[in-house]
Amino acid sequence: MDKKYSPVIGLEIHVELSTQSKMFCQCSADWFGKEPNTQTCPVCLGLPGALPVPNEKAIEWCLLMGKALECQIATVSKFDRKHYFYPDLPKGYQISQYDQPFCFEGTYTFTSRKTNQPKTITITRVHMEEDTGKLIHEDTDTSVDFNRSGVPLVEIVTGPDFDDSDDVKQFLEELQVLVRYLGASDADMEKGSMRLEPNISVRESSSNKLPDYKVEIKNINSFRFAKMAIDIEVKRHMEMLEKGETPIQETRGFNEKKNDTISQRVKEEAQDYRYFPEPDIPPFTFTKEFIKQIADQLPELPTAKYNRYVIDLGLNAEQAWYIVSDLRLSKVYELTIKGKDKVFAQQTANVLKNKQRETTPGGTIEIAAENLAKQVDSLYKKKTTDPGNLVAIMDLVVGENAAAVKEYKDGKTTVLMFLVGQVMKGMKGQADANVVRQALEKKLNTL
Amino acid sequence: MDLLGKSLTELQELVKQKKVSGGEVRQFFAGRIKKYDKELNSYITTTEPSEGSEEKDIPIAIKDILCTKGIRTTAGSKILDDYLPQYDATVVSRLNTGGLSLLGKTNLDAWCHGSSTETSDYGPTKNPYDVSRAPGGSSGGSAAAVAAYLAPAAIGTDTGGSIRQPSAWCGTVGLRPSYGRVSRYGLIAMASSWDCPGPITATVEDAAHILQLIAGRDPHDATTIDSPVPDYQKELTEKKTYTIGIADEYFEGVTDEISSKVMESVELLKKMGHTIKKVHLMSPKYAVSVYMILQRAEVSSNLGRYDGIRYGNDRTHFGKEAKRRIMLGTYVLSHGYYDQYYKKAQKVRALIAADFKKVFQEVDFIVGPTTPVTALKLGESEKYSFFGETMDILNEPASAAGIPAISIPVGLDSNQLPIGMQIMAPHFAENRLLNIAHHLEKEIAFDRLRIIKEKYG
Repeated sequence: MDKKYSPVIGLEIHVELSTQSKMFCQCSADWFGKEPNTQTCPVCLGLPGALPVPNEKAIEWCLLMGKALECQIATVSKFDRKHYFYPDLPKGYQISQYDQPFCFEGTYTFTSRKTNQPKTITITRVHMEEDTGKLIHEDTDTSVDFNRSGVPLVEIVTGPDFDDSDDVKQFLEELQVLVRYLGASDADMEKGSMRLEPNISVRESSSNKLPDYKVEIKNINSFRFAKMAIDIEVKRHMEMLEKGETPIQETRGFNEKKNDTISQRVKEEAQDYRYFPEPDIPPFTFTKEFIKQIADQLPELPTAKYNRYVIDLGLNAEQAWYIVSDLRLSKVYELTIKGKDKVFAQQTANVLKNKQRETTPGGTIEIAAENLAKQVDSLYKKKTTDPGNLVAIMDLVVGENAAAVKEYKDGKTTVLMFLVGQVMKGMKGQADANVVRQALEKKLNTL
Repeated sequence: MDLLGKSLTELQELVKQKKVSGGEVRQFFAGRIKKYDKELNSYITTTEPSEGSEEKDIPIAIKDILCTKGIRTTAGSKILDDYLPQYDATVVSRLNTGGLSLLGKTNLDAWCHGSSTETSDYGPTKNPYDVSRAPGGSSGGSAAAVAAYLAPAAIGTDTGGSIRQPSAWCGTVGLRPSYGRVSRYGLIAMASSWDCPGPITATVEDAAHILQLIAGRDPHDATTIDSPVPDYQKELTEKKTYTIGIADEYFEGVTDEISSKVMESVELLKKMGHTIKKVHLMSPKYAVSVYMILQRAEVSSNLGRYDGIRYGNDRTHFGKEAKRRIMLGTYVLSHGYYDQYYKKAQKVRALIAADFKKVFQEVDFIVGPTTPVTALKLGESEKYSFFGETMDILNEPASAAGIPAISIPVGLDSNQLPIGMQIMAPHFAENRLLNIAHHLEKEIAFDRLRIIKEKYG
């Protein structure tokens, strides 16, 4: 990347919570793939007279996410109405949070795979809101499906702290794992349960001022596309700056087929959402005890687990992330190595990493752990070696492989392993390879 | 059996004793509506008994701002001209459970925007005392129907005085409960932090009966309060003595006739053994300013959903008053004006609530006139740029503070028009409020039957 310029990237991430019911009504929140408008009620349709009643579980998860991102939790908070007109927004406003988000001023630290350096991102806020309906375009018609309307969404906003698309991709991957650890969402970009809108601008590397423009990118539905879209955009900005132009403040859509971003809406002035406190929902006060209760629910987070694997167990970075990034796999792993030593933990990691993830032992965590332990044992456990049998087999192997024995005697010591293999084969695996090796070496040296 | 003028409680007793059936009561009122409502226009829709309603059920009128399942609900606006709600408001379903069925949906200022029922897209309602005059509003249809005995009782909603002001103008009893006491679920929102459903009735006893049925926490309304509901009817009986506050600020700009009639009732209260005490309250004009801003802001938000995509009729069907309120509300919420208007108004609203709280440490109630004037001629409202605020000036402080207040008729002026007295009480003191109103009502002996017998007999 051109050293003259450096990208300035901040992220807005929406995570759809996997609560049973929607944010403000009792309708099922599991909308994906359901027949349109079958999971609706007066509240999520925004019918006259209907009122929102907040989902406590969703709020708890939002606070938990805030805690996991080392945020402060508001002691006093509230919902606000955010007004705009769009056919998928049935009330003419979205219930969101404006000036008193549930969580704010957090940080997330990770080791950049690219630079191998620690990187800290500020988390500006983590707040709660409701999802909108979905427009379905068919030929010249547009229909609205309100199944998604009112599904709980958590919005995470980072500071403009990224300067590299690879770091963004890594952060997103880690965030997805984090959210899955909390059990709050499957955070699937393809299904839209995790959505990313990066804000991108480019400044001269010598400056540390924020550029006075930014471009928001929408329509990104995979981690790979996130990186692609950012790279395309950064390159576009640099080329413009190089020509003495300044990119305009706008919203652009990523087009994966054309591998390009396309202008959608130019923001000449900030849209006025006319926020005001949602009068239908009383404000919240969270006591210290309550916030502590939430914090106590936090499981061991992926970053902590990763560090423990690397530092305490001595796994390499790749192995550690491989296991940590899959919640189920990490549970199987933890159970397998429970009460065992570091060497066993490393051997187990080897077994896991050397196989494809698809071959991860199936069944319950307990059964999977048991099977995994057997695999590790069969590969690493010392076998008892019958000395009488060993002598007989060694004689046989030496007799049958005169050429190889000669090579060894001529100094080509690497042939030893071949002979060890032959002996092991003759022993039908019922021998410890080290014992065989030592015995064979001794025999060959006395020949 | 002559049912004319019987209170809701009396009718229920007659039905219980099997002297008359609920069906006969319905027939009786249906006949009266047919006969008199062409002139009064108090109903937008009348209904047949719904499936599941029982023979013992007594039908009452409900303001056409509360959703009724499968029954047209217009909010007084052509935007919802043929709107059929898919659910019943909590108030409606609780009334049904309590043995009160639906007689019809009463007229109102469109979206409750007004204090005369003249902004209704279904024509103005007339005041039964003088059909050239307005019944007040926005629950004018409910008050007129009760006054002319076209319903034994009715439900209204009160945002800044919409139960009390028409009750004063029509000589009925109108109770605005504490905010959070009665569910708003299914009440088509005007100003969400102010709206409050309540009874409009012939007697205080009827008001207590209806409040009993509709009060209490509703899981569908997060702003309802989870505190026990007293037995309002039982608490009516015992005669108690109270300290009653009276504030000069609530007599400013009030006609002499109203002031002196109200003061006669204050004298009565004294005779009944209550202590009268002068108190000072913030001038009601501040509540008017607060109301003007916060109510408009909430209106502009709540009406956003009628964007023409659903409900059939588009935004061109909004009347002038709704458009004015939407524009003013949009303005006060706009970027750069929010702090100056909305935020400031919120602060003053908190001061008003604190002011009441302070005074209620000295007195149990505050009494005064409900309205500065008695019923005005139809068309008069056009002359005021803020008609509602002017007419509701004495009602809006209690609305701002969310405290309960009742209006009861205390007599007639020289034009033979009813005068209302307002009694305000602390949060959730409806039991005491109804108790004192009930005993005062007996002493005053306002002749509510006279108008019925003279003009609607």
